[in-house]
Amino acid sequence: MTILNVPSIYSDETFRTSFAAFVQEVFTQEEIMAIDEAPYIYGAPILRVHPSSLLKVIAFLKKHPDLRLDFLNDIHGIDMKTHIELVYVLQSHHFGKIVVVKTETSRPGGSVPSLTALYPTADWQEREVYDLLGVYFEDHPNLSRILLPDDWVGHPLLKDYEQYDEGI
Amino acid sequence: MEINDLGLEAIGSEEQELLKRNVLFSTFDQIKAWARSNSMWPLTFGLACCAIEMMATSGAHYDADRFGVFFRSSPRQSDVMIVSGTVTKKMAPLLRRLYDQMAEPRWVIAMGSCATAGGPYIRAYSVVKGVDQIVPVDVYIPGCPPSPVALIYGINKLQAKIRYEAKLGKKVRGDDDLKRAVDLFR
Repeated sequence: MTILNVPSIYSDETFRTSFAAFVQEVFTQEEIMAIDEAPYIYGAPILRVHPSSLLKVIAFLKKHPDLRLDFLNDIHGIDMKTHIELVYVLQSHHFGKIVVVKTETSRPGGSVPSLTALYPTADWQEREVYDLLGVYFEDHPNLSRILLPDDWVGHPLLKDYEQYDEGI
Repeated sequence: MEINDLGLEAIGSEEQELLKRNVLFSTFDQIKAWARSNSMWPLTFGLACCAIEMMATSGAHYDADRFGVFFRSSPRQSDVMIVSGTVTKKMAPLLRRLYDQMAEPRWVIAMGSCATAGGPYIRAYSVVKGVDQIVPVDVYIPGCPPSPVALIYGINKLQAKIRYEAKLGKKVRGDDDLKRAVDLFR
């Protein structure tokens, strides 16, 4: 079957275990706190990283010649009620593979380092996370609202957000 | 058409002779309303899926040009604003500015349930719950989205309203005492 010969962005168990072994060799337990199990995103390995070492880990993944994760697909922000989880989906233009990095911050008003120095595309994505969830990104060049009006009060995707509505 | 069909029995025989020569009597207000209601130029202002139906209305099949409804690209040249779609809170000041830029007399049609009352986004944080909180609305058209036929019906209703108001005076709330819907029930 030819379809199996097509290079896929989907990763299998082999890639995940070899990647996990590789990462645990390079980083300490404090830097990479855990390697998550399923559910996977595109079968990609999921690294759970301490916020203080987020920049270091992602810079390494971007620059390592065997990985070359040079594209930041997207940043997800998830309000988990006790904390806010941030999911960075990195992809390599060269290999096509995807690696997911997760970190978490406190709510409300937690802060994580900005990735704008590594990925210019992180600028708007981080602004959106700030806009809707109120996460502060340190050293972001222009951390202002991107979707909502500038005079908006609150961050509407937080679970305890109470909307101010004149109409109802 | 016989003259008696027009309900003009009360006028005198001299005037009836004039009518046969197509001389009509009316107030100037009614003449103006007749002219205005037959050339309502709406603003090209599509916001969401209702705008697709609005475009279909002015397309070849439904042909809104038949009613003098001819879309203009500038608020300065427009008489009617058809608010076709979801108005977000970010869009609201711009909608109000466009309305203010329109020359008087001007009318607003709230097309679809979003423009009428927020529609399916009634619980959304970003959506205005009815465009009547921003501009005075003359005709509300229900539907999600209303079909072109429903929009044409709403346009006909607005035409009838313009003529009716010319005859009997404006009976709707003015823009000055525009209240929010919630204030009416306090």
